[in-house]
Amino acid sequence: MKRPPIARIIVTVVFIGMLATPWMIRHFSHAQARPVASQVDCRAALARYGFCFQQVAHQAGIDFVHQAPVLDHKLDGIMPEVASMGASVSIVDFDRDGWPDIYVTNSRIGSLNHLYRNNHDGTFTDVAQQLGVADVNQPGTGVSMGAVWGDYDNDGYEDLFLIKWGRPELFHNDHGHGFTRVSEAAGLPPWINANTAVWFDYDGDGLLDLFVAGYYPENVDLWHLKNTRMMPESFEYAKNGGRKYLFHNLGNGHFEEVSAKVGISSRRWALASAAADLRGTGYPDLFVANDYGIAELYLNDHGHFHEAGEETGVGFAPKSGMNAAFGDIFNQGKYSIYVSNISEEGILLQGNNLWVPQEGARLHYANLARDLGVELGGWSFGAQFGDLNNDGNLDLFLENGYISLSRSRSYWYDFSKVAGGNSSIISDASHWPAFEGRSLSGYQQKKVWMNDGAGKFEDVAQPVGVTDTYDGRAIALADLWNTGVLDAVVANQGGPLLIYKDTVAPGNDWIEFDLEGTKSNRSAIGAQITLFWNGQKQIQYISGGNGFASENDRRLHFGLGKNPQIEKAVIRWPSGTLQTLDHLTPNQLLHVKEPA
Amino acid sequence: MSWTIVAPSTQPEPALWRRVLDSRFMPPVFITLILLVGNFSFGILESYTRTLLAIVTSITGELILGRIFLKKWPHPASAYITGISVGILLRSPAYWTYALCAALSITSKYTLRFRNRHIWNPSNFGICAMLFLASDSVAGLSIQWGNNLTSLIVIWILGSVIVWRARRFNITATYVASFIALSFLRSWITGDPWQSEISPITGPMYQLFIFFMITDPKTTVRSQTGQCLVAFAIALVEFFMRLDNSIYAPLYALFWVGPAALLIEMWLDARRARALPAVLPGAQPA
Repeated sequence: MKRPPIARIIVTVVFIGMLATPWMIRHFSHAQARPVASQVDCRAALARYGFCFQQVAHQAGIDFVHQAPVLDHKLDGIMPEVASMGASVSIVDFDRDGWPDIYVTNSRIGSLNHLYRNNHDGTFTDVAQQLGVADVNQPGTGVSMGAVWGDYDNDGYEDLFLIKWGRPELFHNDHGHGFTRVSEAAGLPPWINANTAVWFDYDGDGLLDLFVAGYYPENVDLWHLKNTRMMPESFEYAKNGGRKYLFHNLGNGHFEEVSAKVGISSRRWALASAAADLRGTGYPDLFVANDYGIAELYLNDHGHFHEAGEETGVGFAPKSGMNAAFGDIFNQGKYSIYVSNISEEGILLQGNNLWVPQEGARLHYANLARDLGVELGGWSFGAQFGDLNNDGNLDLFLENGYISLSRSRSYWYDFSKVAGGNSSIISDASHWPAFEGRSLSGYQQKKVWMNDGAGKFEDVAQPVGVTDTYDGRAIALADLWNTGVLDAVVANQGGPLLIYKDTVAPGNDWIEFDLEGTKSNRSAIGAQITLFWNGQKQIQYISGGNGFASENDRRLHFGLGKNPQIEKAVIRWPSGTLQTLDHLTPNQLLHVKEPA
Repeated sequence: MSWTIVAPSTQPEPALWRRVLDSRFMPPVFITLILLVGNFSFGILESYTRTLLAIVTSITGELILGRIFLKKWPHPASAYITGISVGILLRSPAYWTYALCAALSITSKYTLRFRNRHIWNPSNFGICAMLFLASDSVAGLSIQWGNNLTSLIVIWILGSVIVWRARRFNITATYVASFIALSFLRSWITGDPWQSEISPITGPMYQLFIFFMITDPKTTVRSQTGQCLVAFAIALVEFFMRLDNSIYAPLYALFWVGPAALLIEMWLDARRARALPAVLPGAQPA
């Protein structure tokens, strides 16, 4: 080989420069990042970001600590992994007193779920036992994984569907004075190992239907395993999970399972689901985030579904989907979809997905998580969109952290060697090395990504006071104290329930809507509001369950920024009725009933 | 990975199908086949564009550097394999990492040389460099491929045919046998299930590693015995790295053992060359 000396020198210098490039990129990006305050200074946070959180669970009278499941002893070696879910939170005004209450699940056999009634004075009182929705983790019935609330009989009171690894339960709300278990009468199956469910009226008949997605197969009793071949067959292509159910509400307290009939058939390992009208057809579409595989998007063609994940772009690259949340992040009247996955430096960089709808006649999404700065969270679980500083842009609150045990020893090596193996190895729990007290993506910080309204999100979690490092699972947003701000309630696996009380700097206005259906389902789940103000618009909808194992406050909260001029609010009810509200003034909670 | 393509034979040109199946084209065809089948079956690629970026960067780099240093346009097949290997083995949400890794891989061939020979397998060097230097932005391929037996068997059969034709099956066989034997030893030491120790070799990274990376003609020693010894040494170093919970143990083991083996071979060659005049005819010992 001939080696011209000058060329060789130049190429060598370029080569060294290339080797130094990662360091330079890291150094440059860190230099650009704002320094993180070591201690939370709420006054500074208010001045800089316009909001600040204070963790007030104990002051609010809530000292709940989640208990993780303990499953069959055959799984002892990897118990931290297989028992890594169950902490959930849902917001409901179960007694219709106009104040949001909180329901949280527990997941150890014999442990109690809690329903915290809002005392209107900053505190809560647990009334779950008194009302009959506490002792729901009895031996032989499995344990709770989540809860979604919806008024399935349109009597004005939100009923409770309890998501379980075990016997699913439906509780009828007896006008806020108690709950009656109606699972058998409703026609629910004896056992589902589910982690997600969503109430929605898929066929527009005015009655709430219920989608339930299995994780483990329904023939697996995790407390009495016949064998240990109950793990996914692949880390990214698994189709040996639980089946899906769509319970069609017949209106007489009974539900008919119609999933196959309407085109929903999958055995992927579902962890999160959400339903909203993504195409403006008047019928809610269904998004399912799957662990160990691709996401699924079931488009609703007037009550019949077709799976369109690949054709719409959201169901191509397999990851570890653990969240489904919709938000109009650009104030353009369209929902983006946020799906959380796993990111661990140098080991596994799936990156979270922010699916943004593209212009054009057909529905198609592009993943802009990296461009917008919301890609890398950690081992991410629940996430919710909400305007946390009332500036008129939807921010994003993300929970991270999988298994926090030893601070010095990690399970990642063992995890990676098995997860990449052949299905006959990965699918058998007895082939997995024991955890032996090691962590797996533990002690991770959370992300509070503030939307600047110009296409960028900035993580402000630490300076605004979200400093915990528990194993975050579910997050729900609600204006807990009717002050016009969104507070955050966080359920941690094997950890305490946290309530982050939001304080917003004076000057930014807001408006909230509390809808009640008449022709539509009375919960108004699926109703969407397009709010027009200051030359922009934002769309929000009422959800019957979204995020991961969570459900936000039924009331819709819009931040408006400074000196807003509200043009109008257009409500599209699930019945198809359009209602326009004019002459709205900010800083009020509006109760709106669907026109007859 | 990267299989440096060896020079073509000077014999009369055979029919097209034979040319396609000869050792010069087989590796690129095979790896393309893996990529296409894997992607259409399982969607193994994060995106086409990132893999394409790695391939284009790799080929462009090879053409430019080859033109500068060799004064001719090099055959792009080797760079194509390097690019496609980077596209498959590197996992990153960012684009720049694919371009940088491919560029590093190709440039290493022209800068990290000893006695006019490059001593690192290009893509092994590039990927290891990225894992060392940019661990916050990249990860290695670990869990893509479908994890099912059919794809495993197909790839192993095809891969074995390729390396057999290239007369390098001894390297693959020695490494696999060593890995399995050492897996049982590791299982005995750590107490972990033997299936978990065997598991990595059933995954996609190893399929590329054992058929493409450790068998690269330009960065392996010449003698068959030496090749087997090096393959065993790679497995042995990997064994110790795995005991230290190194996730990318095989890549790192090759990174250290491969160049060391070549340097030893060159040293032995030099010794033999120095000794050679003494045994030439006419050079009678004193």
